[in-house]
Amino acid sequence: MHPAPSLIAFSTLSGLGLGLLAMLGLGLAPVAGLTGLVFFALAFALAGGGLLSSALHLGHPERALKAFTQWRSSWLSREAWLAVTALAVMATYAALAILAGIVVPPLGGLGAALSLGTVFATAMIYAQLRTVPRWHHWSTPALFLGYAIAGGTLLSGHVGPAAILLAAMSAAQIAAWVAGDARLAASGTDIATATGLGGRGAVRLFEPPHTGGNYLTHEMVFRVARRHAVKLRVIALLLAFAVPVAFLLLPFGHILAALAVLSHAAGVAVQRWLFFAEAEHVVGFYYGRRLP
Amino acid sequence: MTTLPATTDRKLGLVIDLDTCVGCHACVIACKGWNTQNYGAPLADADAYGAEPVGAFLNRVHSFEVQPGDGPAQIVHFPKSCLHCDDAPCVTVCPTGASYKRAEDGIVLVNEDDCIGCGLCAWACPYGAREQDPVEKVMKKCTLCVDRIYNDTLPPEDREPACVRTCPTGARHFGDLADPESAVSRLVAERGGFDLMPEQGTAPVNKYLPPRDRDTLDVLAPLLPPVDEGPKGFLGWLDRTLERI
Ligand code: SF4
Ligand code: SF4
Ligand code: SF4
Repeated sequence: MHPAPSLIAFSTLSGLGLGLLAMLGLGLAPVAGLTGLVFFALAFALAGGGLLSSALHLGHPERALKAFTQWRSSWLSREAWLAVTALAVMATYAALAILAGIVVPPLGGLGAALSLGTVFATAMIYAQLRTVPRWHHWSTPALFLGYAIAGGTLLSGHVGPAAILLAAMSAAQIAAWVAGDARLAASGTDIATATGLGGRGAVRLFEPPHTGGNYLTHEMVFRVARRHAVKLRVIALLLAFAVPVAFLLLPFGHILAALAVLSHAAGVAVQRWLFFAEAEHVVGFYYGRRLP
Repeated sequence: MTTLPATTDRKLGLVIDLDTCVGCHACVIACKGWNTQNYGAPLADADAYGAEPVGAFLNRVHSFEVQPGDGPAQIVHFPKSCLHCDDAPCVTVCPTGASYKRAEDGIVLVNEDDCIGCGLCAWACPYGAREQDPVEKVMKKCTLCVDRIYNDTLPPEDREPACVRTCPTGARHFGDLADPESAVSRLVAERGGFDLMPEQGTAPVNKYLPPRDRDTLDVLAPLLPPVDEGPKGFLGWLDRTLERI
């Protein structure tokens, strides 16, 4: 799939922001006073900025309100509802905590659940697609939630738990990559079923329907060279997990903490780039994709 | 709503004959022409005379080569447009309700005024049957020429999809696949019509008819008496004359 910058920015930033909001809602990060204000501002900037950048992906952003109508069937519509309610509940919670000094734990708990629910809905938009076997698996929402929780823990400055969660996430990510690499071949869809001609012999694309590209080939038939993918996976692991954990294990300081967060965010962005770029859409079989 | 109807009264669709299609792309052009001048936003092209032309089409013809274990390879021209699936994943993912499947005839359509151009439906379709218009930024797909098949202002013989009407070899057939007695249903039964990617669970309405077996060599061919290999007529005279020189 085409790794669109707006989608990468959206899922990286909103994942971190919603993870931090969940921590704030659960009272696991400071919610009162100036520190609270800084934390809330950061969380809302990340989550809100991410959601805005997702609107840039739309052909008609001015009609975005219509996306709230189909929550019964559409994960994208559910995501829109969850995102707006999460931000609204957390804004109320933040206003009460900072302006009036009243912390309402049930409200925060609800906001935390809605924040993580938004991350889950985002992941389900991808996981529901049988057309992209690499995504069509429970590990997709699990991984998105794991990233949000680990990122939120890191942002809220829990050194020990963050180091443990980041280490665990690096193992989970490696496992997900390895399992994902085999999923297209295991899906049962290939050029033989795509054309229905598999029973007659070996099928290959003889001539594409046109000499140039089209919307489908631009959006869905993206290919990364394997050696680049391996390098990028190593870079993602280093930036998202190894470097932040190393910084966390050093004597704690604000500069190091900020560097750990920046490195983690950059690593997650690389991981999200790979999440799209490595995902194989079955329509590729009509355009000459072969199983590895 | 973008929930799917439980059943549809009819299942209008196409039956595409892979045996007959000669890969002339006439249906591609007829489809582009009709759908540029009629229902919805015109099917645009971008950079049409530039280095990287790209445009929206609702129907495209691929060509595949099938190499059997023994015998010669065969080229199969492969027209592909929306299959108007019964369990259309493109419909249920749509957040706005722009994509829908009609309960009366099963046609899958996009209401372009409601489409936000998120592209998710194109991701959900396994067949590549949806393309976003490069100018209007709304999703385009085969309408089964809904503005022809019910159009009383057209002569009766034109009340079928443009691609079907134009095909010079009669490789595309239009009809109701819910009616077992319809011409298309009988064709599917007689010729062993099949689904594309059945494992994707989309239950497509459109069916494909397999190429017929031909060009097989007689196993006794090597034992047949050789045909007279000497040239006749003018070539024979030329041959004999040149031999003499
Ligand atoms: S072919 Fe694709 S666009 Fe058409 S109904 Fe099926 S899934 Fe939807
Ligand atoms: S691109 Fe349009 S029709 Fe397709 S899912 Fe998005 S809003 Fe619905
Ligand atoms: S039925 Fe109409 S819209 Fe669909 S492929 Fe044929 S000409 Fe195009």
